[in-house]
Amino acid sequence: MASTAPVEVDRPTGDEDVRPDVPWVVVVWNDPINLMSYVVYVFQKLFGYSREKATRLMLDVHHKGKAAVSHGTKEKCELDVARLHAHGLWATMRKDR
Amino acid sequence: MAGRIRRTRSGQYSVRLPRGEREILRGLPAQLRTLLTLGDAAGDPALRRLFPPAYEGEPERAEEFDRLVRGDLLERRLSAIETMERTIDADRLSEDELTAWLSSINDLRLVLGTRLDVTEETTERELPPGEENARAFALYAYLSYLEEEVVEALSRAL
Repeated sequence: MASTAPVEVDRPTGDEDVRPDVPWVVVVWNDPINLMSYVVYVFQKLFGYSREKATRLMLDVHHKGKAAVSHGTKEKCELDVARLHAHGLWATMRKDR
Repeated sequence: MAGRIRRTRSGQYSVRLPRGEREILRGLPAQLRTLLTLGDAAGDPALRRLFPPAYEGEPERAEEFDRLVRGDLLERRLSAIETMERTIDADRLSEDELTAWLSSINDLRLVLGTRLDVTEETTERELPPGEENARAFALYAYLSYLEEEVVEALSRAL
């Protein structure tokens, strides 16, 4: 991801993923074009995540190359992928093992 | 850059951009529309970036997904383009209108960035030579700057 300004990050607090027992996962992949601030905004807006959680996911995408951003039924994940694509993010989905 | 795009108390957004910037922006939505409606969906890397595969390593599934959602995604993008064109001279935008600007600006950055093959650290010096590339990179950098402002303003409403 690209940044036009240095990013200050508060380390996230303990709001860990609570993974429902469902079989699909949506993965967002790093790309060199989308702005870091934009990716955080999209995660907040689409998923209702806190700024801290959205920032942590963005940094995972940035540093690890990808991050799981949502889980759920196949239908829910298809909808999430379509919404992420509508916002220009590079997202895929797969069965969560 | 503070304050050029600002959320007002009424929940709208004041947009204070100099005339020169409006002129730069004015023709861009139409260019994006041309690419989206007349471009080579399978062959153009910029279009592949705007409509990426939903399944990694499963082309058949990805194609089926693409058949299902592509029309809707295209319609959303064209609608955002139309809104940006209609409001390009406005000093005040609704949240929906500014969100449409963000959609088109981000799509344009994706197209330019893909064409220029940028990396996270691309600077002007590393570009392939040529005036056209230099111009495209300048536009890409300007849109990045503008997008930061739009995202900052819209994030205040989250």
